[in-house]
Amino acid sequence: MREFGYMRATDVTEAVSLLATDPEARFLGGGTNLVDLMKTGVENPALLIDVRELPLDRIEVADDGALKIGATVTNSDLAADPEVRRRYPALAQAVLAGASGQLRNMATVGGNLLQRTRCGYFGDTTQPCNKRVPGSGCPALTGEHHNHAILDWSEHCVATHPSDMGVALAAFDAVVSVHTADGPAELPLSEFYLPVGDTPHRETALPPGALITGVTLPAAPVAARSRYRKVRERASYAFANGSIAAALDVEDGTVRDVRLAFGAVASRPWRARKAEQALTGGPATPEAFAAAADAELAAARPLTHNGYKVPLIRNLVVAMLTELTQEDAR
Amino acid sequence: MTAPTVSAPSTPMAVPSVSAATAAAGTTTSPAPTRTAGSSGAVGTSRTRLEGRAKVTGAARYAGEVPFAELAYGWLATSTVARGRIRSIGAEPVLAMPGVLAVLHHENAPRLKPGVGMMGPDATLQILQDDRVPHVGWPVALVVAETPEQARAAAEALVVTYDEEPHDVGFSSGHPGLHTPDGGPRARTDTEKGDIEAELAASAVVVDEEYTTPEEYHTAMEPHAAVARWEDGRLEVIDSNQGSHAVAQDLAKLFFLDATSVRVRSEHVGGAFGSKGLMRPHLIVAAMAATMLDRPVRVVLTRRQLFSMVGFRPATAQRIRLGAEPGGRLRALDHDATSFSSTINEYVEQSAQPSRVVYAADALRTRTRVVRLDVPTPSFMRAPGWAPGSFAIESAMDELAEKTGLDPITLRLRNEPEVGPASGLPFSSRNLIPCFEEGARRFGWTDRDPRPGTRRDGRWLLGTGMAAAAHSAGTAPSSASITAEADGTFTVRIAAADIGTGARTALTQIAADALETPLKTVRVKIADSDFGPAFLAGGSMGTASWAWAVTEAAAALREKLALVDQIPGEGTTARADTTELVMAMRGQERYAFGAQFAEVAVDVASGEVRVRRMLGTFAVGRVVNPLTARSQLIGGMIMGLSMALHEEGIRDTASGGLVNGDLAGYHVASNADVPVIEAGWVDDPDTYNPTGIKGLGEIGIVGVAAAIANAVWHATGIRHRSLPIRLDRVLTAGTAIENSIGGGAVTY
Ligand SMILES: Cc1cc2nc3c(=O)[nH]c(=O)nc-3n(C[C@H](O)[C@H](O)[C@H](O)COP(=O)(O)OP(=O)(O)OC[C@H]3O[C@@H](n4cnc5c(N)ncnc54)[C@H](O)[C@@H]3O)c2cc1C
Ligand code: SF4
Repeated sequence: MREFGYMRATDVTEAVSLLATDPEARFLGGGTNLVDLMKTGVENPALLIDVRELPLDRIEVADDGALKIGATVTNSDLAADPEVRRRYPALAQAVLAGASGQLRNMATVGGNLLQRTRCGYFGDTTQPCNKRVPGSGCPALTGEHHNHAILDWSEHCVATHPSDMGVALAAFDAVVSVHTADGPAELPLSEFYLPVGDTPHRETALPPGALITGVTLPAAPVAARSRYRKVRERASYAFANGSIAAALDVEDGTVRDVRLAFGAVASRPWRARKAEQALTGGPATPEAFAAAADAELAAARPLTHNGYKVPLIRNLVVAMLTELTQEDAR
Repeated sequence: MTAPTVSAPSTPMAVPSVSAATAAAGTTTSPAPTRTAGSSGAVGTSRTRLEGRAKVTGAARYAGEVPFAELAYGWLATSTVARGRIRSIGAEPVLAMPGVLAVLHHENAPRLKPGVGMMGPDATLQILQDDRVPHVGWPVALVVAETPEQARAAAEALVVTYDEEPHDVGFSSGHPGLHTPDGGPRARTDTEKGDIEAELAASAVVVDEEYTTPEEYHTAMEPHAAVARWEDGRLEVIDSNQGSHAVAQDLAKLFFLDATSVRVRSEHVGGAFGSKGLMRPHLIVAAMAATMLDRPVRVVLTRRQLFSMVGFRPATAQRIRLGAEPGGRLRALDHDATSFSSTINEYVEQSAQPSRVVYAADALRTRTRVVRLDVPTPSFMRAPGWAPGSFAIESAMDELAEKTGLDPITLRLRNEPEVGPASGLPFSSRNLIPCFEEGARRFGWTDRDPRPGTRRDGRWLLGTGMAAAAHSAGTAPSSASITAEADGTFTVRIAAADIGTGARTALTQIAADALETPLKTVRVKIADSDFGPAFLAGGSMGTASWAWAVTEAAAALREKLALVDQIPGEGTTARADTTELVMAMRGQERYAFGAQFAEVAVDVASGEVRVRRMLGTFAVGRVVNPLTARSQLIGGMIMGLSMALHEEGIRDTASGGLVNGDLAGYHVASNADVPVIEAGWVDDPDTYNPTGIKGLGEIGIVGVAAAIANAVWHATGIRHRSLPIRLDRVLTAGTAIENSIGGGAVTY
């Protein structure tokens, strides 16, 4: 572990300019991911700019009904927020499905979006890994990959994005607010994560030196009837093997509005737009749910040891939408 | 389907069984203790651990924490290739880094004596002696610096280059390198009785399956740590181990020292599960550095280093063939166990052991084969052999129960042996049947519908399963001394180890009874090699072996005291050594037994398996401290649950290293995975060892994985013969039940 400097920023422009003082500087949120990676030598920043004292720890309802979540809101506070629980229950459930109480007390919204993959080769500096050392190779392709991507991976990297929170945010069309030396800017979450391509080390479209200041969730009535379910190898304290955020509005047996996103299947939280399209305006039946899942998963390219994720996600779609339909009928 | 009929004599049983939940709530019941006339009655009474307060307040110091003036810190650098030779070690630039005092490697480290080892020559002790790299994670250098941070930074900056050679880390039961191990004096690798093929051919019902278990790791909370220093011409060591005397002996030999010039202490140990039974590299390099620098040196292993340096349970592949009469009586039992070891040492996982003990069969054959791979050296982990072996044989017995249409307990009762099935020797005691009987009653087994897939709760299919458990209950020579102090108190000294089990407290209870004195007048000092030879906290033999020595010393002291009028200022001391007594014990089979029960819920649409409750009933001889005994049994059962569903070291065939060598990747059961667990015991009088103690540190894990796998079958109709029962395996295998729930059958 390399020696590093530490500074605490108190306002947004100061944070951005402090970061610019050193090309090897990094923002520090809760540190629950960055500090771990520093200990194992995956990350070696020279300077940490702590953002937790920035005035970005509020959750507010905007005039247009959107929910504005500050970047330094802790995962615990996010999950406990009454507006979040009432209007976007899947988001609260997703956050609570992640990590542990202690970690959620430290982890921030900004840091959660930028957490790195849990691919075992990525975390082991004695191994090659295109994401960590571009061009060094991807041992996961032919090695251990039972929890790797089935959708939209490339031969350069098959890692998944591990965030639970991000899956719910993807379902609800979140927009990420950032601040750079040029001032504030916005980036829809659907454009926030870059396709893997041949640059798996470039994970986001964040401009260099940008600070995440918050996340906005547009008002979406359908989200009030939403759920998150996570399937993992132990009952807590494990990353997902597959997860789903779903919201459903059914009227007279017909799907009026639906939101679906999957976790642990791709290099980013996966918004299932094809499935949503297939469902909207159609019947709310298990057969239709299965067909919609199939439409989304038709593009899946499982590796040797992760083919189970295809039926897993399919089963989750059917089970979750069926549950939401039954709830609706009550 | 018949309910199990139990043919055991209906002796009244003391069943001091309390659920974990109740115990946690503070109400415990105590078993009726077996008391000898005139004793103070400490044994058999629940006592909280004597060092409990010191531990929770942080006053108890572990080897990695004991403060020393002038302490230097060592950090190990380990190999990144699986096989080859060290070409170069770039020590020069590292020596120039801040605070760095030394870089030890094979070209400058002190020479060690070859052939040293507690259980025969142990080449894993030959650290930094040559340029050979036998596996990923082998120690190649020790960097010593003024602070741990400097040592770590320098060790990470050290550039080591290798001449790499092709490696092989892939294990399977078909590996061409499998061979009959040389076994050594302790290990019977093969047994044969009767004509196995003829009996199989003549059997009406046959089960022939392979069962596999993966690499499993001890993952004790406290990482291995040691401080070594020279003081007054003696090498003084504070270590984290399971037996300070044996470690001191080996350390002296290894460094060509007189046995009396080495002292090893290990007062508090934060878990071990076998990984601290032998001397480990951290101590050897700490002693090397302390010698070279002439100042105290501490070495603490990192979590990742623990995954390559302190042993693990090797993967096993076991073929079981059972042949039975229609009524379930076994004509043939064939247990063919394979596993692997390193190229350094031939450790043999004796997975066929349970099949030599638990069931009678006309023909019985056990075989043990091993292959040497380019991997770290495996070693004993809680219930070595017994735990993986019981998964195979107890799963196979469940398959036989299914095929014969018998209740799994009935089937087992029909194969209860009179004498040791492989040895023909008598059992010192065998109370397995009362365990079945009592366990079945408490678990509610008798009402069980044997058909798979008949119970559900929402998206969950429910099932129950059971398995038998056995573990050897040996005794080894130990010595102890007791001093009657002038103030009326007593000081017991024995090189026992308390690895978190409550051994210190149990020995205090034993001593108080043996001395017929109140508990508070007895002080037990442990884990100091100067106290003389004593067996390890291992093999479920610690308490039984130490208690005997303490009892003998107490008897000797009371004889002495009968002759003196007044105790002198320095006290009156008596010593005892049980070597001759133990050596005189011959010709019996002595085991602890148990019955494990589990209820599981399986969602075949997601593959999730959750254990809803577990119950274990055991016959473990005399129970010294019911509170800590129950903790040991429950802890073992939790580890068994973890083995069944979670634990798996994943080895990368390309690099030869582990892909998940940390606690984020190597899953042990979390709190949320652990349901209500009940552990209790039946009366099990057995004075083959006169203390009546059998030991219970390991039996708790035995059979659990099979009970859970059998319950998964009962829930889904699908057999899972490979551990862990991962969700992808469950999902892919699905269910044999029509019209499954949770979104319908899996169609991909
Ligand atoms: C044991 C363990 C289990 C876990 N289990 C789960 C789980 O099940 N599900 C799950 O989703 N997550 C899980 N996590 C991950 C956890 O959610 C993340 O570590 C956490 O959300 C990261 O937030 P942080 O504030 O601590 O980020 P940090 O570690 O501080 O930072 C992470 C990255 O974000 C950058 N960053 C932080 N804030 C900003 C900002 N405002 N602007 C720009 N860049 C920023 C940092 O520079 C760094 O690169 C687990 C973590 C651990 C350690
Ligand atoms: S999958 Fe991605 S992160 Fe994992 S080894 Fe390959 S390149 Fe690295």
